[in-house]
Amino acid sequence: MTISPHPETPNEGRPLLAAEAALAGGAALSVRQIFWRRFLAHRLAVASLAFLVLLSLASAAAPLVEALLGVDGNLVDLFNAKQPPSAQHPLGTDELGRDTLVRLLYGGQVSLIVGLAAALGSAVIGSFLGIMAGYYGGRLDALLMRFTDGVIALPILPLLIILAAVDLRKLGLPEDLVASESISIYRIVVLIVLVGWTTVARLVRGATLSMKTREFVRAAEAMGAPARRIMLVHILPNVVSPIIVATTLSVGGIILLESVLSFLGLGIQPPLPSWGNMLTNAQELIWEAPVLAIYPGLLIFLTVIAFNFLGDGLQDALDPRAIQED
Amino acid sequence: MLAYLARRLAESFLVLAIMSFVIFALLGLMPGDPIDVMIFSDPEMTPEDAARLRALYGLDRPIAERYLTWLGSALQGDFGYSRLYNRPTLDILLPRLGNTVVLMGLSLFLALIIALPAGIYAATRPQSLTDHGINLIAFAGISIPPFWLAILLIILFAVVLGWLPAGGMGDGQSFWSDLRFLVLPVLALTIATVGGVIRFMRAAAIEALRQDFVRTARAKGLSGRQIVIGHVLRNAMIPVATILALQMGNLFSGALITETIFAYLGMGKTIYDSVVGNDYNVALVGLLLATLTTLLANLLADLAYTWLDPRISYQ
Repeated sequence: MTISPHPETPNEGRPLLAAEAALAGGAALSVRQIFWRRFLAHRLAVASLAFLVLLSLASAAAPLVEALLGVDGNLVDLFNAKQPPSAQHPLGTDELGRDTLVRLLYGGQVSLIVGLAAALGSAVIGSFLGIMAGYYGGRLDALLMRFTDGVIALPILPLLIILAAVDLRKLGLPEDLVASESISIYRIVVLIVLVGWTTVARLVRGATLSMKTREFVRAAEAMGAPARRIMLVHILPNVVSPIIVATTLSVGGIILLESVLSFLGLGIQPPLPSWGNMLTNAQELIWEAPVLAIYPGLLIFLTVIAFNFLGDGLQDALDPRAIQED
Repeated sequence: MLAYLARRLAESFLVLAIMSFVIFALLGLMPGDPIDVMIFSDPEMTPEDAARLRALYGLDRPIAERYLTWLGSALQGDFGYSRLYNRPTLDILLPRLGNTVVLMGLSLFLALIIALPAGIYAATRPQSLTDHGINLIAFAGISIPPFWLAILLIILFAVVLGWLPAGGMGDGQSFWSDLRFLVLPVLALTIATVGGVIRFMRAAAIEALRQDFVRTARAKGLSGRQIVIGHVLRNAMIPVATILALQMGNLFSGALITETIFAYLGMGKTIYDSVVGNDYNVALVGLLLATLTTLLANLLADLAYTWLDPRISYQ
């Protein structure tokens, strides 16, 4: 998760914008039109977006599905454990007799919320640190980047395992918060943000370094604009594309990390379902109920690959080098 | 060069020192301390006994003081005892570090053997069917949950086909029977690693292919193979070397998952077991050893730069 395995590839082999403009009857295309043309040309990204929208809708409709089927996703019913698919349980039941489909949908809510929240949190912190380092430079830059390098070099998973085992009561958090069911969601988001901001920080720093020598930034400086305004109004909007791409690409990695931690029993805590903790018992159940091991893993895989394709498509569509060719 | 090396080593040890304090403090925040564990196993113990024991072991003192005490004995080579195994921490960890190095080394080697040709092949034929196919495989490798992949491998090779053991370690009797236990963990970690390396390799090779010297080489009539081997490969290796070093932490995380599922006695599994089992000394030293390994790998990659690209020199 520290280094995203998505190097920025140049836009090789793509039809040049001049050619696209010619196709459009010589009329110049707006930036937004160019974006959509390029994005729609990436068929895997479009399919991924459709899949993710469907998945989000289905997850959001989990209570509805529960009501329609007349089942309770949290109800333990040992007499009906490990049932094959039926009208009431379209995907059967798990080892405690709970409906697999409903739990998968609730697990989808958790995975998507954790993935998006942690990616956004990482993007905000990474952008802040990156723009500060890039704009002010000097010692602050050296210090922040050394710190970033240090965090990137760490073995993240063992560190997260220790962090996830910390007793929140000893940190002085109020008892009712610690005991609440959703605490494991907040906690995993915070933990992932703690180690996840590095990619965006490095990207934004690099982009800021090249932005701050541009004429419009210099002009703003000459006119006496305060540093905060220059960073927020003149630099940030211009580095937003790489942030969007990196953030989208990071969601997949975050969902993987969440599922690993939940699988190991240190992430989302039962009875709250997540795709990771639904697999915790899968290894013992391989013989009796192998399908229980298939569904959650398959959903993680499809969701993660969809976010990766979506990010790849956005990268192609937002590639600044290609837009300059216009 | 020597001065650079010395500075980098000093930095690495600084990171290690900071990490040791952070982990030490975090372990102090974990539920239950060693005395709680004793109370749990001995119902006769009174709160006064517990307090006396805490004072005896120094657990009532402030964290900084306890850390300095730990650091003092650590610097003399005393890392304490493992609570789960009742043996000195290093006796437990060092053989397992060796096992992890074997697992990670083999997987990384295999991933490179697959990814270098695949990435370069894809780069020389951008947007072709092969390129798309390789890209799809790479994305699948990045996106598959490593623990699920391991479970699928067990279902296929151990449960259905019965070719390989589902987990555990060899008994050390014969090299070949021990090797059978390594196959599935190495396979799982290789698949989890190879996708990212292919993507980096492809991007680096595309970048190298558009350099002037490639055009020159083509103009003077070199074959595609000569250009790729003589000009592209070496230049593409420079960025890939950095990425690989930075991936060491990720590779270790992957090893932790793989070891845990296959019950392979490596560092990752040991760290996980020790955190879950409140074995503080092992958790602390294990994480520090893992950090040290990734830091040294980073350093090695920087040194590999100078070998790959003589234009870079360190002062």
